Amino acid sequence: MAGSNPNAKPMNLTLKVWRQRNRNTEGRIVDYQVQDISPDMSFLEMLDVLNEDLLRKGEEPVVFDHDCREGICGSCNLFINGRAHGPEPGTTTCQLHMRKFSDGDTITIEPWRSSAFPVNKDLSVDRSAFDRIIQAGGYISVNTGGTPDANEIPVPKEIADRAFEAATCIACGACVASCKNSSAMLFVSAKVSQLALLPQGHVERKSRVENMVAQMDKEGFGACSNIGSCAAECPVGISLENIAILNREFLSAKATSNNLA
Amino acid sequence: MSWITKTFSSSIGRKIIMAVTGLFLCTFLVVHLVGNLQLFKADNGAAFNAYSEFMGHNPLIRTMEIVLVLGFGFHIYEGLVLAAKNRAARGNQRYVSDHIEQNSSWHSRSMALLGSIVLFFLIVHLYNFFGSLRFTDVPRDANGNEDAYALVLAAFKNPFYVLLYVIGQVALLYHLLHGFSSAFQTLGLTHRKYTPAIKFIGYGFSIIVCAAFAAMPVYFFFFK
Repeated sequence: MAGSNPNAKPMNLTLKVWRQRNRNTEGRIVDYQVQDISPDMSFLEMLDVLNEDLLRKGEEPVVFDHDCREGICGSCNLFINGRAHGPEPGTTTCQLHMRKFSDGDTITIEPWRSSAFPVNKDLSVDRSAFDRIIQAGGYISVNTGGTPDANEIPVPKEIADRAFEAATCIACGACVASCKNSSAMLFVSAKVSQLALLPQGHVERKSRVENMVAQMDKEGFGACSNIGSCAAECPVGISLENIAILNREFLSAKATSNNLA
Repeated sequence: MSWITKTFSSSIGRKIIMAVTGLFLCTFLVVHLVGNLQLFKADNGAAFNAYSEFMGHNPLIRTMEIVLVLGFGFHIYEGLVLAAKNRAARGNQRYVSDHIEQNSSWHSRSMALLGSIVLFFLIVHLYNFFGSLRFTDVPRDANGNEDAYALVLAAFKNPFYVLLYVIGQVALLYHLLHGFSSAFQTLGLTHRKYTPAIKFIGYGFSIIVCAAFAAMPVYFFFFK
C-alpha cells in the first residue's frame, strides 16, 4: 500500500464505547478489546474490525455514521478521547489514522452530545436539525432552464475565494459537539456568509438570515459565547470570522427587512 | 411579539444586549476608577470627599445612575438567561471524556461563574459605600462634604473585605479578558487589521483597571 510503513507493528487497543439501544433508553460505556490493528487503518476501519469481532461472537455491532470515508460528506461524527473527530486538528473521523495512537492505548468513543442532536443508537445521532435550518433559508431560488453561461454573473476572485472557504463546511456538527453551549452558529454562519458574499445570494439575503437564525433557536441550539472551541475542532477550518459576519447580517436584516413578524 | 422583541429574544439578539451593556459597563469602570484614584491623594480624603459629594448630588450623574442600573440589570438578567439556555442546549448526558481545555481557555468558558463572583462583590460593595452614603447620615469633613473617605478607611481595616475586594477584581479581570474582545466579535466588529488591536487593548484595559482597583483596598490595609 502506498505510504504504508512495513515496519509498523499491529496494535492492541482497549475501546470504551458508548452503547445505547435507542433514543428513549439510558446509554452506558462498554469496554471492548481489539487486536492486530494496523497503524495504516482509518479509525472507522478499526471500528469495522470491532464490529466483525462482535458479529462473530453473536453480539450486536456498534452503530456509527459514515458514508464517503474521504473526508468530504460530513457523515462520520465521533467524539474520540474528549475531542470532536479525535485529537488530530483539521481531520474528520474517517481521515484519522490509527498511527496517531499507540499500542496499548485506551480510546473513549462517544456520540455528539447536544439536546438538538438526540442519539439514534450507540454512536449515531439525529442531525436532521441541520437539514431543517438549511430548509429555512440555506439556499438560493433559481428558475429552472438551461445551464447558465460561465461568468454570466461576474464575481471578483477574492470574494469567490472567501465564499468558497465558507462553502467547505461539510455540516458534520463537530462545532455543536465541541461547544460548551451546543451552539450551531459556526455552521449557520458558514452557510449565511457563503450566500451573502455571492451576488446569487443577495435576492434572499435578509429573509435567509432571519429564518435560519429563527430555526436554529427553535431547534434548541445554544448561543455563541465566542470561546472558539468550534473553530479549533472544525475539520475544514471554518473561521470565527464567519460568526461575526452572521451577527452583522442578522442585525442589518432585522433593522432593514420588511418583515414585521 | 413585535419584530423588536423577537430580535432581542433571539440567541443573537441576547448576545447583542450582552455586548452593548458589557461595553457600556466598561466605560463605567473607567469613570469609577478615575474618580477613585483621588483616594491615593495625600490630603486625608478632601479631594475624594469632594468628588463623592459631586457624584451623589449632580443631576446629570444622578440621571446616568438610572442608565447604569439598567445596564447592570440587563447584563445580569441576559447573562443568567443565556447561561440557563446554553446549559439546557447541552442536554442532560455529558461527555464521559471531555478535553475542552485543549481547544479553549478556562476563563472564556467561565463567564457566568466569574460574573456571579463579580455580582456578589458588587452587592457587598454597594452595601459598604453606596448604601451608607445614600441612605444614612454620614458625618461631614472640614469642607462640609460627606466623609466617604472615613468609610473607606474603616472598611479596609477589615481583612475579610480586603480579601473579598481583591478576589472580586481577579474575577473581573478574567471576565474582562474574554468579555472585552468578545463584545466586538458579537457586534460583528471584526477585521483582520483591527481585531488584533482590539484584543491587545482589551488585555491592557482589563489588567490596568483591575490592578488599580485592587490596589485600593491593599494600600489602605497596609499603609493607612
